[in-house]
Amino acid sequence: MAEDKKELAPELKERLRVEFEQGWRKELRKSSPAKERMKGTRQKMPERPADERNKDFREVNIGLTAEMAQAEAQRCLDCANPQCVLGCPVSIDIPSFVKLIEKGEFLAAAWKLKETNCLPAICGRVCPQETQCEELCTVKKASGVPVAIGNLERFASDFERLSGSLKIPPLPPPTGKKAAIIGAGPAGLTVAGDLAKLGHQVTIFEALHEAGGVLIYGIPEFRLPKAILKAEVDYLKRLGVEVRTSFVVGLTATIDDLKSEGYEAFFIGSGAGLPNFMKIPGENLVGVYSANEYLTRVNLMRAYDFPAYDTPVFRARTAAVVGGGNVAMDSVRTAKRLGAERAIIVYRRSRVEMPARIEEIHHAEEEGIELQLLTTPIRYIGDANGRLVAMECQKMGLGEPDASGRRRPVPVEGSEYTIEVDLAVCAIGQSPNPLIPQTTPGLKMGKWGNVEVDWATMATNLPGVYAGGDIVRGGATVILAMGDARIAAEQIDKHLRR
Amino acid sequence: MPKILTRERLAPNLHLLEVLAPEVARKCRPGQFFIVMPDEKGERIPLSIADWDVERGSVTAVFLVVGTTTRKLAALRAGDELAVFVGPLGRPSEIGAFGTVILVAGCFGIGALWPTARALKAAGNRVVALIDAKTADLAYWKDRYRAACDKVAFSSRDHALGAKEFVPKPLEKLLEAEAPVARVIAVGCTYLMYASAQATRPLGVKTIVSMNPIMVDGTGMCGACRCTAEGRTKFACVDGPDFDGHQVDWDELFMRRKSYFDDEIRSLCRYEETELP
Repeated sequence: MAEDKKELAPELKERLRVEFEQGWRKELRKSSPAKERMKGTRQKMPERPADERNKDFREVNIGLTAEMAQAEAQRCLDCANPQCVLGCPVSIDIPSFVKLIEKGEFLAAAWKLKETNCLPAICGRVCPQETQCEELCTVKKASGVPVAIGNLERFASDFERLSGSLKIPPLPPPTGKKAAIIGAGPAGLTVAGDLAKLGHQVTIFEALHEAGGVLIYGIPEFRLPKAILKAEVDYLKRLGVEVRTSFVVGLTATIDDLKSEGYEAFFIGSGAGLPNFMKIPGENLVGVYSANEYLTRVNLMRAYDFPAYDTPVFRARTAAVVGGGNVAMDSVRTAKRLGAERAIIVYRRSRVEMPARIEEIHHAEEEGIELQLLTTPIRYIGDANGRLVAMECQKMGLGEPDASGRRRPVPVEGSEYTIEVDLAVCAIGQSPNPLIPQTTPGLKMGKWGNVEVDWATMATNLPGVYAGGDIVRGGATVILAMGDARIAAEQIDKHLRR
Repeated sequence: MPKILTRERLAPNLHLLEVLAPEVARKCRPGQFFIVMPDEKGERIPLSIADWDVERGSVTAVFLVVGTTTRKLAALRAGDELAVFVGPLGRPSEIGAFGTVILVAGCFGIGALWPTARALKAAGNRVVALIDAKTADLAYWKDRYRAACDKVAFSSRDHALGAKEFVPKPLEKLLEAEAPVARVIAVGCTYLMYASAQATRPLGVKTIVSMNPIMVDGTGMCGACRCTAEGRTKFACVDGPDFDGHQVDWDELFMRRKSYFDDEIRSLCRYEETELP
């Protein structure tokens, strides 16, 4: 896949070198030797007390103070060959923005981020930095504790937003070329931003009534406040991007219809909007949700404020969430906040195999979430009215590693037991949404219902049609979607100027 | 935001909503639906498309006032705007030259089946409509049906409509009188569709119903509308809404439709106490 890169691209390397050799960077490096920098301890992200935050939907992390951010930035060695950039799917010039923070030039740091990433306040909150930039950080290799790059990204972009000094970069003269972006999720927003900055006329078509995709319907307020998302979308609008909500490409108009309206390039970023179920008995009982439905009701439709908002959601005494990823963590922490006395993660493998970010698991446990690991549901049990009252589970052991490299769960015979639950959320993953593939004749599909692309260009088999994010990957992360988007935007630009 | 062109009461508790949405109007096909949310704090609900006018650029639905959302819709007027209007959604109904087709239409379904009646007639079928209305004043669009269909019968308790029997009885009589019947299409309340499917089952007459589960996004993303048909879980919004009525798990549909019964009452009480105009 595209992300299996071992070395920085030559142009990027050159760009980083030019920045590295700037006078102020040299001076800053000299001002404190690496040995001194290594002495600093990683600044802990301030967060609200677990027992307070698990009762409301306000953000968990408070954000670094300016002093903390500068102290953290000082830990960065400003390496000549920055490995962190290699770990970033959108190739942010990490040393430059971190050193600008150290210098106290917070706005400049935010603008540096925005050169390569239109959505830094979002990435600073939801990216799995520990497996990306921070994983490769030299300080980590030396001391075990990487520079908190993600927290610094969040700090700089929050500083810009709160300062009111939002900078709109100078835009080139309009090219007069129209690009249609399908889906206002992380991939679509990124392509839109990149293309608008190159002077193209960009329209995003979004099926739901608010922009953001998984950022609005999936990720809860306590992890990504809607106001932050709104500010990032507003920034794109100020770059000239038009967002048309409640427009389902494939049904309201097909790609061919849009071609006849003058759109010359398309980016399909319609996401993994098809929830998977386990196909076990009782899954259609009242009280069993897909994570998509549960989170959409609470986040997009604001069911946490029912009946002031009209959309209801079940409030459980005991909620079980099946799965071990970030979506499962978001769902179980949501259930807790909606008043569940017990909110339980049921996951078929062990803790080390959980795909969720360590920070999310840690936060969840602090908030009183129970983990029932090496466990899988085998049946949901309902009452006479078809309401969920219990789930039957089975313990699992771990066998040989499977194709994913993780040890395969194996059922333990005779280990069945029943838990009383009145809410179950199935968070075992999603598949690509079939609407665009079904309504776009000739579009080449992979065997999991994903759109097939050339990973080097993100081009589909149809001329002028590109794709990226979960419609291609079938359920990955925000930042991988954005990485695809950057590649696609570059190619779409070439296509439009051909 | 999409503007309302018409909102009028067709019958007690049944309203017509015509929305200005030229792009949607160009794409509508019989059997599809749209999703509407009356205001920023509202709920998204699906409404079956009852008509469209490409030149006027409008899409029309008929809805029954049941809960908060439909009360809010019924309180809107021409010129008001909707927070959300998105469509057309769902797979269109199958239209072909089948032979004799009986349409069983009740409640909002009288509106929802109208585009199908028109299209089936144009496709060369003998179209027989059975309009189900408890009383004469609940049967609307009689003239439209009389103009487009080969025969219009009523299922009612009201002498004014010349019938005093409810489905399934009048349907059974029509199935006999019109034999051979190629297919029956039933749209309306869940019970009407269920009763129609039960009436045709012994005769083996193919019966299509338009499933009406609770939905949220309407594009296959959430799975709220899942129902069991043909022995498998289907999403009514993208796999339907039309399904073979003999293959539907009706008990599950009835049960899932009642999921939020208590919440709906709470919501309605709040609306009536604080907002009702």
